[in-house]
Amino acid sequence: MRMIEKIGEWFDQRLQLAAPIREAAEHPVPRNTASWWYVFGSAALVVFLLQVVTGILLALIYVPSAGEAWSSLHALNNDVTLGWFIRALHGWGSNFMVAIVLIHMMQVFLFGAYKFPRELTWIVGVFLLLMTLGMAFSGQIMRFDQDAYWGLGIGASIASRVPLIGPATVKLMLGGPIIAGATLSRFFALHVFVIPGLLIGFVSLHLLMVLRLGINEWPMPGRVVKRATYTDEYHALTKKDGAPFVPYAIWKDMFFAAFIVLAIAACALYFGPFGPTGRPDPTIIQTAPRPDYFFLWLYALLSLLPPSLETPVLLIGPVLAIIGLLLLPFLSGEGEKSWRRRPIAVLTVLLIAITLGTFTHLADFAPWSPHMNAWSSDPVPAQFLNHTTALERQGALVFQAKQCRNCHSLGELGGQRGPTLDGVAVRLTQDQLIRQVIQGGGNMPAYGKNLSPAETTALVAFLQTLHPPGQAPARDASRDVVLGIDSHKPPAAQP
Amino acid sequence: MSNETENTLTRRGLFMKMGILLNGLVAIVIATPIVRFLLSSVSFGRVNPYLSWVPLGSVSEFPEGETRLATFRNPYVMPTDGKTADTACWVRRVAGDKFQVFAVNCAHLGCPVRWFPQSGLFMCPCHGGAYYRDGSRASGPPERGLFEYPYKVENGLVTIQAGELPTPGPRAALTGEKLPCA
Repeated sequence: MRMIEKIGEWFDQRLQLAAPIREAAEHPVPRNTASWWYVFGSAALVVFLLQVVTGILLALIYVPSAGEAWSSLHALNNDVTLGWFIRALHGWGSNFMVAIVLIHMMQVFLFGAYKFPRELTWIVGVFLLLMTLGMAFSGQIMRFDQDAYWGLGIGASIASRVPLIGPATVKLMLGGPIIAGATLSRFFALHVFVIPGLLIGFVSLHLLMVLRLGINEWPMPGRVVKRATYTDEYHALTKKDGAPFVPYAIWKDMFFAAFIVLAIAACALYFGPFGPTGRPDPTIIQTAPRPDYFFLWLYALLSLLPPSLETPVLLIGPVLAIIGLLLLPFLSGEGEKSWRRRPIAVLTVLLIAITLGTFTHLADFAPWSPHMNAWSSDPVPAQFLNHTTALERQGALVFQAKQCRNCHSLGELGGQRGPTLDGVAVRLTQDQLIRQVIQGGGNMPAYGKNLSPAETTALVAFLQTLHPPGQAPARDASRDVVLGIDSHKPPAAQP
Repeated sequence: MSNETENTLTRRGLFMKMGILLNGLVAIVIATPIVRFLLSSVSFGRVNPYLSWVPLGSVSEFPEGETRLATFRNPYVMPTDGKTADTACWVRRVAGDKFQVFAVNCAHLGCPVRWFPQSGLFMCPCHGGAYYRDGSRASGPPERGLFEYPYKVENGLVTIQAGELPTPGPRAALTGEKLPCA
C-alpha cells in the first residue's frame, strides 16, 4: 500500500494533475441535478469510447479497399474468432450513439440548458451531432456492400444538384468519376481519422465548458435567466444547495452508462452484426438498396416530396435546420428555462419527434417502392377468380403478366405504390377504367402502347369484377338511359 | 508612454515577426500542392478527361426491338477498384443500327432501374420511378428521362462514350430536357 502511494506521489510531483482532477471531480453541483434526466451526456461519451475501442479492433482485420473490403467483412463475420461480435458491438453502438445524442439534445433543449452562459456549449453540441451523423453515414459506407454502393450513388445524386459546383462536388466526394476504390478510401479516412479527430477535440471542449460553467440547474418555473444576475445566482445556489459531483451525482451516470453498454452487448449478441448484404458489384442490378435506420426518414421524405420541391428541400432544408440550431441560444438566450412555461418548445420537440417517427415508420414498409417480384411471386387470390368468365380470367393473366401487381395490391399482396384494387370496380366505371389503363395519369404510366385492344378488354373485364359482394360496381348512369336498362334493378349477384 | 512602446521595434520583436512571415510563406508553399492533390479528382476545363469510347459488343448480340443488359469495364480505373469499376447499362436496339443505350442509374437518385419487357417499363426499386421503353419518364419522382450514353456503331460493334457516374446535376431541377449521359 505504502509502495503504491509512493509511486503515485512520484508521478504527481511530475504531472501535477492530482489537484485539478480532484477539484473537477468534487466541484459542487446543484443537488437536484443528480437526476436520471442528466445521464445522457455521459452515456454518449461512454458509447463513443466503446466505438473507438471496437473501431480500432475492426481495423485490425478490415481492408479499406473496394476490391477486398467486402471479403474482409465476411472474414470478420465468419473466420475471425468473435469478429462477428465486435462488428455487432460497433454497429449497435452506432445506433445507440445516435439515439442517445438525440435524446441528450432534446433534454438539453427542454431544460433550457442552452441559455446564458452555456450558448457555446450548445453550439459545440450541434457540431457534435453533425459529426455523429457523419460517422453514422460514413460507417454505413465502411460496410461496403450493395446498400453502401447505391447509398453513395444517392449521395452523389443529391450532391450533383448543388447549383454551379454540383458536378465538381460529386467528383470530390467520389474521388473520381465513379463510385470505386478512391471513394471507399476517402470515406475511410473521414470515418477513421478526420471526424474522430474532430470529435475528440469538440468533446473535450464540450466537457471543459460543462466543468467551467457548471451543470445546468434543475429548471424551476418562474426562475428566469438574466445575463446580469445568472452567474451569481448559480454560484449562490451551488453554495447553498450544492453537493460534490463525485460521488453525489456520478453514481447515476455510472449505472446508466453500464446499463447502456450492457444493452448494446445484448443487442449485438442477440441480433448479430449488420450485413454485409450483397457484393458491391454494380452489374448486379437485382437489388433494392435501403438506408440504415437513422436515414430512413430521409428515404421517406425523398419519396413523398413533389418532384419540384425535392431539390430545394434537399439543399436548403439542412442549411436552415443547422442555422436554426446554431442561432437558438442567441434568439432565446434568456428567460424561462422550465418546459412548463415553454409550450412552443415542447410542441416543437413533439412535432419533430412525430414527423421523424412517422417517416421512419413509413419507410419501414416503403409503400412507394414497387414490389419488383410481385407480378411473378404473388398469385391472384382464388377468391377473385371464383365464378369468373374466361375473358375475366384472361384479364387476370394480363394483370399479372404486365406487372400491374408490382404497384397494385390484391388481397393485401403486391405493391402499394398505386391504390389497392380490391374494390376498384366500385370507384371507377368501365369507361374510366379503360381510360386509366390506356392513358395512365395520377402517377401511373400509360399502358396504351403495351396492351393490345384484346388485352385491354380482358383486363378491364377482370377489373370490373373487383368489388365487395354487397356493393354494386360503379356505372355510368347516362349509359343506362341510352341503352334502356332499368337502373333500379339490382346488379347481377356476385358470390 | 504607450505610444513609445508601440512604436519601438525591438530586435526580438522583429525576429518574431519575421518568423511569422516565414511560416506564412512556407504554409502557402505547402498548401498549394495539398489543395491540388485534394482537388485532383475534379476535372477542370472543357474536355472531360474521364470519358472515352468503350465497346459493348457486336450488334448481333442485341436483337432488334429488344432491350438487353450489357456490362463494360469503366475506362478510368484504379488498381483497387475491384468489381466496382464494372458497370451495367441497358441497350435498346430500336432497328438496324439505331440504338438507345441507357444508364442503369435512375434519374431521381441513382438506384439501378430494372427492365420489364412485358409491360415495356423500366422500374426503380427505391422510390418508384418508372420510364417507358424509349427512356422517357413515365411516372414517379424522377424529373426527367433515363440518362443516355452517346453511341456509335463501327465495324459491327456497339460503342458508347462512358466513364462517369451519371447524376441528375443542377440542371435537372430546372429543365425537363434530356441531357446526354456525361
